[in-house]
Amino acid sequence: MFQFVSLQWKSFTRSASFSTHLAMKILIGFFALYFAATFAIMGALVYPFIQNEMALDPLLTVNQFLIYGCFYWVVLRYFIQKTPVVNIAPLLLHPISKNKIVHFAMGKTLSSAFNWLGLFFTVPFSIVLVVEGHNWGGVLSWFVGVLSFVLSTNYLNLLINNNKVGAIALSVLAVLGGLHYVDVFDITVYSGPVFQALYEHPIAASIPLILLVFLYRAAFSDYKKGMYLDGGLARQQTEAKTQDFTWLNRFGKTAVFLKNDLRLILRNKRSKSTALMSFFFLFYGLFFFTGSVAMYNGPMWFVFAGIFISGGFLFSFGQFVPSWDSAYYPLLMTQNTSYREYLNSKWALIVVATVFSWLLSIPYIYFGWDVFFFILVATVYNIGVNSYLVLWGGAYIKMPIDLTSNKKAFGDKQAFNVKTVLLSIPKLVLPVLIYFLGTLYSEQLGLALVALTGVLGLAFKNLVFTTIERIYVSQKHKTLWAYKQK
Amino acid sequence: MIHIKQLKKSYGEKQVLAIDHLEVPSGQSFGLVGNNGAGKTTLFSALLDLIRLSEGSITNGDVDVSKSEAWKEFTTAFLDETFLIGYLTPEEYFYFIGDLRGLSHSEVDAFVGQFEHFFHGEVLKQKKYLRDLSKGNQKKVGIVGALIGSPSVIVLDEPFANLDPSTQIRLKELLREWPQQKGVTLLISSHDLQHVTEVCERIVVLDKGEIVKDIKTQTETLKDLETFFAQKSQEA
Repeated sequence: MFQFVSLQWKSFTRSASFSTHLAMKILIGFFALYFAATFAIMGALVYPFIQNEMALDPLLTVNQFLIYGCFYWVVLRYFIQKTPVVNIAPLLLHPISKNKIVHFAMGKTLSSAFNWLGLFFTVPFSIVLVVEGHNWGGVLSWFVGVLSFVLSTNYLNLLINNNKVGAIALSVLAVLGGLHYVDVFDITVYSGPVFQALYEHPIAASIPLILLVFLYRAAFSDYKKGMYLDGGLARQQTEAKTQDFTWLNRFGKTAVFLKNDLRLILRNKRSKSTALMSFFFLFYGLFFFTGSVAMYNGPMWFVFAGIFISGGFLFSFGQFVPSWDSAYYPLLMTQNTSYREYLNSKWALIVVATVFSWLLSIPYIYFGWDVFFFILVATVYNIGVNSYLVLWGGAYIKMPIDLTSNKKAFGDKQAFNVKTVLLSIPKLVLPVLIYFLGTLYSEQLGLALVALTGVLGLAFKNLVFTTIERIYVSQKHKTLWAYKQK
Repeated sequence: MIHIKQLKKSYGEKQVLAIDHLEVPSGQSFGLVGNNGAGKTTLFSALLDLIRLSEGSITNGDVDVSKSEAWKEFTTAFLDETFLIGYLTPEEYFYFIGDLRGLSHSEVDAFVGQFEHFFHGEVLKQKKYLRDLSKGNQKKVGIVGALIGSPSVIVLDEPFANLDPSTQIRLKELLREWPQQKGVTLLISSHDLQHVTEVCERIVVLDKGEIVKDIKTQTETLKDLETFFAQKSQEA
């Protein structure tokens, strides 16, 4: 067992991106601490609160709402918790029984915060229950029962690793909650007694325990069956379709790269999810224009919002040019082509996506014509200035991207990169500043200045591209070297 | 065609390549052999300007590769899987290279069609992306990709590795005939002494980054090389 732990430790500390990993873990650690503290305080105070403020029986009330907690936990797990990866293939041939490997892989999942964070609530709450004079045997069986439920959801996640379950749980949660809210159907009337039974009839705790054992065994045999190179350890293959995109041919040599970029986005998990994510930037404006967040009121923020709304793709995808091509950068560097053609195609892609985002944002007119103009002006700025800035910044990022990896967006090391954050500042702050300088005279001048900056940028495209190209050439060997480090 | 002068490449204190002078005339089939770490891939990478030289220069067809990119017009290479685009089908990959080298899709189709035998029916129209092909089939795609666009210099790193025996024989025929017909300068590296002596007119042995042998291939060359590497295995 110790060797496994040591392997895990080495894979963590020796990974090429150890420092970003570590920073990420520390950040998550703080979050976990925060939640643990909140839960512990809740666990300790919920009893007197319900008893004194609501004049209800605390245990009964908590049991009533526990069903929501369970669903919520399943949802969280399916959307956030990562399934554990132990590098199994190299272990298969060693004199370690498969059972041991599987037990370890499954045991490792217990270390996830999702399994023990709940304890910060249940432990203090149970203690308070006993102190307040509840029968300690009943409290113990209640505690064991609830813990078993929580751990069961862990192994359910392993057994059926499919986001659909999470989506179903989420919809059930929403429907039940909704029905409860409008007083049509109250699930807690039925579920409360079930959890209450754990306390009143200690033997009832054996049911969740049996469920836990059952799910563990099921997940265990499922994993064990998959321990073949052509089984669960195999990479899934998809049938390939040849896509020609002949309609792009009119763009000449730029089209050659554009076609590849489209295929890149369509055929790789990583880029596909990034492109989808950029769509959500469109809705960011709702925070600003609805006035729902008081802090965001005021025209300065509207410029800011406009940049985000039309620049979703620019920021999420453009940020990582040329890293998207890291897996075959040496090929591009030896082909009969220049950086300019390559950069031109990326630029064209970003511009098209930005214009497209702008088209989709037109419904924002609902919030007034001035909102429409803010977004329009920001779009021009994105095309004329920010499109260059992302390409320029990309020359320095040099982080290889594994296109095939299917990491969940949250907790991905690429999403957490100090350099990317720093590079975002001129893209966001500069237009606001230009606008501010204009508004010293009049609001219209502010908008006009931002738009003018964008148009000027567009006019000097050749000059800017020559500069960017020179930077790419000067960084070429360093970039090639960096992409080799995986 | 290729001219190497006072070349030195080191990482920190460690020197990995030191070639005083090496000239590969136009149309030659040039073989590079040596043990792991001898500097074969480093030399090819330097020739393709994928790594920066510490000292010296390499000219390819009168173009200093570190100063100009004009060599790319007449040079192609396949070193490893970083020369393949995993999410493309083989057809799309060939079209991509063809596009960059000024060939229309029908020209690419015709060109690739002549390798049907070499592909052994496992590459084209398989509805698979390159990343899902076996290592051997990936290699076949990479090698054929490097032949597209009538290059006058072709660089292949370990072309025989990972190929099945029949394909090795076919590749040997291909690499013998192709350069002769087209007047191509071919540079390959290999661990397989037999293959390299059968394909190349000239063989250079690298050891710890230095040239230790430079031979014109003759009947006894294979024996010479075997003796040399047998001695090396004794030393270690």
